[in-house]
Amino acid sequence: MLDRLSLGARRTLTAWGFLAVPLVFYVGIRFYPTADAFLMSLTDWSIVGERRFVGLANYRRLAADPVFWKVMGNTVQYLVVGVAVSLGLAFLVAYHLDRVRVGHALLRALYFVPHVTTAVAMGWVWRWLYQPVPVGVFNGLLVALGLPQQPFLRSTEQALYAVLAPAVWAGLGFQVVVFLAGLKAIPQEYYEAAAIDGAGGWRLLVEITLPLLRPTTVFLVVVSSIAYLRIFDYVYSMTSGQGGPLDATKPLVLKIYVTAFGHFQMGYAAAHTVVLFVILLVVSLVQLRVLQAR
Amino acid sequence: MKPRARPGRGVVWLLLLLGGVLMVIPFVYMLSTSLKHNVEVYELSLLPRAPTLHNYRRLIGASGFPRWFLNSFVIAGLTTLSVLFFDSLVGYTLAKFRFRGRRLVFMAILSTLMIPTEMLVLPWYVLSRNLGWLDTYWGIMFPGLMTGFGTFLMKQFFEGVPDELIDAGRVDGLGEFQIWRRVALPLVIPALSALAIFTFLGNWTAFLWPLIATTDKSLYTLPVGLASFSGEFQTEWEMVMTGASFATLPTLLVFVLLQRYIVRGVMLAGLKG
Repeated sequence: MLDRLSLGARRTLTAWGFLAVPLVFYVGIRFYPTADAFLMSLTDWSIVGERRFVGLANYRRLAADPVFWKVMGNTVQYLVVGVAVSLGLAFLVAYHLDRVRVGHALLRALYFVPHVTTAVAMGWVWRWLYQPVPVGVFNGLLVALGLPQQPFLRSTEQALYAVLAPAVWAGLGFQVVVFLAGLKAIPQEYYEAAAIDGAGGWRLLVEITLPLLRPTTVFLVVVSSIAYLRIFDYVYSMTSGQGGPLDATKPLVLKIYVTAFGHFQMGYAAAHTVVLFVILLVVSLVQLRVLQAR
Repeated sequence: MKPRARPGRGVVWLLLLLGGVLMVIPFVYMLSTSLKHNVEVYELSLLPRAPTLHNYRRLIGASGFPRWFLNSFVIAGLTTLSVLFFDSLVGYTLAKFRFRGRRLVFMAILSTLMIPTEMLVLPWYVLSRNLGWLDTYWGIMFPGLMTGFGTFLMKQFFEGVPDELIDAGRVDGLGEFQIWRRVALPLVIPALSALAIFTFLGNWTAFLWPLIATTDKSLYTLPVGLASFSGEFQTEWEMVMTGASFATLPTLLVFVLLQRYIVRGVMLAGLKG
């Protein structure tokens, strides 16, 4: 029977055969759950019992929830400070590393290593570094230098930055390597031509390197923004899942987790996830626009 | 010719080295503390005076650690195998077969990259709960069995495989599945290995979903187990550092062995951006 089909029809059948299981997967494990999350956000549901349709009540509740706004403020702080500091540092390192010949691979590896480790484990290591004396290394150093100890994770003012530091540290190597790739892709002739015109190091940087590096920078800004908007592992492991003190370090994803699996308010938690989805979508669309415009 | 060398170059090199050393110091402290006797922990010395494996023996004896390690290994390993199989089969089909709906399927799979995991975990939890998948290996693994990113990557690489080779396979009387496996797959091994490394590392370090999908301690993965550490070894920092070393050493080993592929993979991602 199969032999009587034309060659084209037989190949089409084979193709759909290869795609059958994956299609079930994508529909069942990606698309259906996406739709379900939207629907869930319109209900009042504690996971047991019936889902009660409440329209946009969850979103109205979000708008009036002071913890939500605190959490959004934290998330924006993680995003803005994290992206600015890590991209600044990464460019500084990559720019100089690009001209190093001796030991280039070793230096690059040193900067990249933190990127491949387990965030939860590194959260513990940093938590330990932040302890007061006699346990913590940072405070040990401060005292040795005759400076006052700092509370770090115990202070509502310092805690967010204390959590952000290891996240920046872990992401730096990735950004350095991507910047290095971008720098390598700039044709040498541009520098040579400009050098003949008598341009010095600073002008080469401002007039050639930075403009030609724009696509790389846009890519990194978007990828890092998305990563900081979704920050969770470091916060969870450094604050024992609390996001404290007084919600000072709590990001949106931790609030989603606590709302859903601590308080079992599934509908309300789903409304949070829809907000996150919309923000991430906007960031991605901006990326598409900027990259297409180049 | 890069901008000309100046006298300050040696200083720049030293600063770069200093920065690099600062980057790895947390690891050095972590490892050295895991090898210290408990009386020595409160000395800030970088190296232990008399290194001992006592903490490791205690950790293996006292808690679920060996089991968590095994769980992580099995889950990351099986997930990686599944991703390699399905992502490359789908990527190949979308690159090398002409049929109506091909573009639609590709766009649909690509669009899943826009859906954040954080939104999916709530429905996944409900699904797992209704089907009895919570606290099972399958329950931890199922969301990651195929990935839009891997499918996209594989499709790009399969497009570089010449059609003539595939037709030659047909002339030789191979079935379509055999052509994929014996003719096309061996030609994209570099892309497959990069995908394998990233998938394994990603699943080894995955936290949010395994945290949600398990309540039974014996089914924790390493990161979930580590996060639950606070109760057990609250103030015994040498034990906490031993646990952290335990979770970190395999990834460090993978990095040291496969550094070139990892760095090249990241560079590729950046250039494609």
